[in-house]
Amino acid sequence: MWLTRPLQERSTQIFLGVLFGALVIVSALHLFMPQDSALYVSSYTVTLLGKYLCYALLAVAVDLVWGYLGILSLGHGAFFALGGYAMGMYLMRQIGDRGVYGDPVLPDFMVFLNWQELPWYWAGFDMAWFAFIMVLLAPGILALVFGFLAFRSRVTGVYLSIITQALTFALMLAFFRNEMGFGGNNGLTDFKDILGFDLRTDATRLGLFLATGIALAIGYVICRGIVTSKLGRVSVACRDAEARTRFIGYRVERVQLFVFVVSAMLAGVAGALYVPQVGIINPSEFSPLFSIEVVVWVALGGRATLYGAVIGALLVNYAKTVFTGIMPDAWLFALGGLFVLVTVFLPKGIAGLMSRRSKKDDTDTPAAQEATA
Amino acid sequence: MGIIRSLSQLLLVCCLLWPALASAQVDDSQAQQLLTALAESSFKEKKSVVNQIAGSGDDRARTWLEAYGDNKLGRIESSGDFIIVLKNRGRNWTVQSALSGENLGEISRRDIDTIRVNNALRNELEGILSVIDLKSPDEDNRLTAARALKGSVDDTLAERVPDFIAAEESDAVQAALTEALAIYQVEEQGDVSAVATLSGSLNSEARAALQQAQNSDDPALAAAAAKAMESIEQKLKMNRAAETLYFGLSLGSVLVLAAIGLAITFGVMGVINMAHGELIMLGAYTTWGMQQLLPGQPGLALILSIPAGFLVAALAGIAIERTVIQHLKGRPLETLLATFGVSLILQQLVRTVISPLNRTVITPDWMSGSVMINEGLSLTLNRMYVIGFALVVFAGLMLIMRKTRLGLEVRAVTQNRAMARSMGIKATKVDILTFGLGSGVAGLAGVALSQITNVGPNLGQSYIIDSFMVVVFGGVGNLWGTLLAGLSLGTINQLLEPWAGAVLAKILVLVLIILFIQKRPRGLFPQKGRAAEG
Repeated sequence: MWLTRPLQERSTQIFLGVLFGALVIVSALHLFMPQDSALYVSSYTVTLLGKYLCYALLAVAVDLVWGYLGILSLGHGAFFALGGYAMGMYLMRQIGDRGVYGDPVLPDFMVFLNWQELPWYWAGFDMAWFAFIMVLLAPGILALVFGFLAFRSRVTGVYLSIITQALTFALMLAFFRNEMGFGGNNGLTDFKDILGFDLRTDATRLGLFLATGIALAIGYVICRGIVTSKLGRVSVACRDAEARTRFIGYRVERVQLFVFVVSAMLAGVAGALYVPQVGIINPSEFSPLFSIEVVVWVALGGRATLYGAVIGALLVNYAKTVFTGIMPDAWLFALGGLFVLVTVFLPKGIAGLMSRRSKKDDTDTPAAQEATA
Repeated sequence: MGIIRSLSQLLLVCCLLWPALASAQVDDSQAQQLLTALAESSFKEKKSVVNQIAGSGDDRARTWLEAYGDNKLGRIESSGDFIIVLKNRGRNWTVQSALSGENLGEISRRDIDTIRVNNALRNELEGILSVIDLKSPDEDNRLTAARALKGSVDDTLAERVPDFIAAEESDAVQAALTEALAIYQVEEQGDVSAVATLSGSLNSEARAALQQAQNSDDPALAAAAAKAMESIEQKLKMNRAAETLYFGLSLGSVLVLAAIGLAITFGVMGVINMAHGELIMLGAYTTWGMQQLLPGQPGLALILSIPAGFLVAALAGIAIERTVIQHLKGRPLETLLATFGVSLILQQLVRTVISPLNRTVITPDWMSGSVMINEGLSLTLNRMYVIGFALVVFAGLMLIMRKTRLGLEVRAVTQNRAMARSMGIKATKVDILTFGLGSGVAGLAGVALSQITNVGPNLGQSYIIDSFMVVVFGGVGNLWGTLLAGLSLGTINQLLEPWAGAVLAKILVLVLIILFIQKRPRGLFPQKGRAAEG
């Protein structure tokens, strides 16, 4: 079975071990350490780590398409945000009549805009199971339609990157509009509880953190399963020599479409877990800058390694938290410099450095630097 | 008592001065008497005094009446001297003498008696002032006054307007007066024959008069008015179309300017330069810097910043090429990421060094204002300059690519690098020059953009996606395609805007392009032959 195969792999075992170890240690430090101890992990930190883990899952999703399929998506932020909005809509409906205006059905911003009833696409989001399905379906369907059109007409390489960027840009403009019914500029916020648990309590926050960690583990195993399967081999072939793979007889566009949709769904899950922890979702998640930032996490960690993407996401976001705290002006310099340095001097990222040091020749390290024409 | 006194004064003024009024000037004592009459008479009488002042033919009459209408004509209580208030804020008002025009400095508000005016008089004054203007020797003044008359002709004026029309030499003024009279005739008298004059007029007052006439009980008048309205609607539709086209072309030429440099670096060299927008921004900031260096001469600074903007952006572009892009040859996706990093650094650099806020770039006089095509349509000059500038830049680039040695070498290197090198072309040099050229053009775009949009650190970002869209839509490596794509995208955007709104129009255009690329992945004009592979 393709999903269990990765569990027998050494690298996956190490990854999962480290991940679960970290989850257990953080929870233990949070729960059992006295508050004034130096080792105590505050609930703020737990939420912050949970946010990082969401980013890590998003980075894994991007690495799946960029590293193993050779598609540089500059629009994965769109899938992330769509998942986030699906979750946000559920959380909005959970507020019920506890909003500022006290309307039992309509969220505050709709009352504010003088809307009389819920738009049709808000129907069903009061049910958790429906919202959770939409977390997968909304980004999945967008990726399916977009990917179907793009891959069928063999749009690849730089062109694909640019139109994915245009896609997320267009969505950002659309979601900024109040008429769209997603809260416009302010987005969705002021959430109260999820599945009946109060979002402001420490226990819920820890629960969300653990859930994110488990989601990351599952996402990692799924991606690992895909890339070690036959499908994964074909997709690497598409990455390295698309025309040749097509001539051999593989339906390249189907492989691309499948992997792209899976990746979009993973991004959606990451977004859905991100929203309750951060407490807000607004159109800025659609901004092209965010999507391209995700790519640099992957590039820093190392393309086509999956665990590299996780390392990159954690490192860059930790640096971002530190930098924006100490000298906010310097962050964009650092980020910009990172883009340049990684691409020029570290084409294989941190994972490349590590594997060079240990001289271990993993079959999955990127063989071809040049993914596209 | 007061009424009798003022009446007697009025009579005195009338008897004594009437013959003198016919001459061009009145002497100061007569003027003093006129103004005293104005100050001391009742509102009813004031009307005739105003008419007398207007009829005096004195050069100063206009100033007096205008000030009077604005509540700014007054008398110093102690001396009885008439003054015009220049600034009436605060406790002390700045005033000048009404008779000599001499500036009297500040005078306490309490010492000034302003001559009172009411709304009926104000309306009267408006008409009287325009009559004074209609007598002005300057044709432009007369034309402005005649245009202002449209819709404000009343019974008394209507009697005088035909005389003005007869006496008028300029055709334009005559036409405007005729129209003003016709509006009155249609509106107040229901004159069917005057309707024909208004047919095709774009004046809003004329339209209002016709609309009213359409609903009149007189069937002949209503029918005539309806017909005239139809021809006006026709003209308005044309106007709107022309305006949309103009806005579309101007937006399009901005897109062309922003994208054409990209068409060279991306299309010809195959390099994705995400920092292109920031090179545009550098050009715009160069314009701003030039204007700081040459204060008081925005026009000269703007002209000088054309070469300066080109140089600054070109040098920045070459620096990017040397430090980053040349190490990433043949790895387009990595180039994209690295240059994106450069763009972040440049943006933050401008924020830190200059300011995160927008800077104001002054538009020189010869570029501001607009050209009036007809009464419903006027085109702003600065956009016209941008359209012209875009075309000149495009023509210049075409010449360089087609007719110069550099252009030939660039095309050779693009088509087959190895072969070109073996023929003795220094490919590295060509790379540097091409990238410098493309970046310099981005600088030029920045100079042009500084005239029509805000100059700030985010200037480049707002154009980069659009620019890529234009290049991809037009077909990579094809300058003509870029021109056509830019202009048509601009026009489509403007066409969609009226019924979809600005944001939705932009979204629709993006979606259209995404769909278009599915159909024709290589753009409107794909490259043919071997160069297209890869």
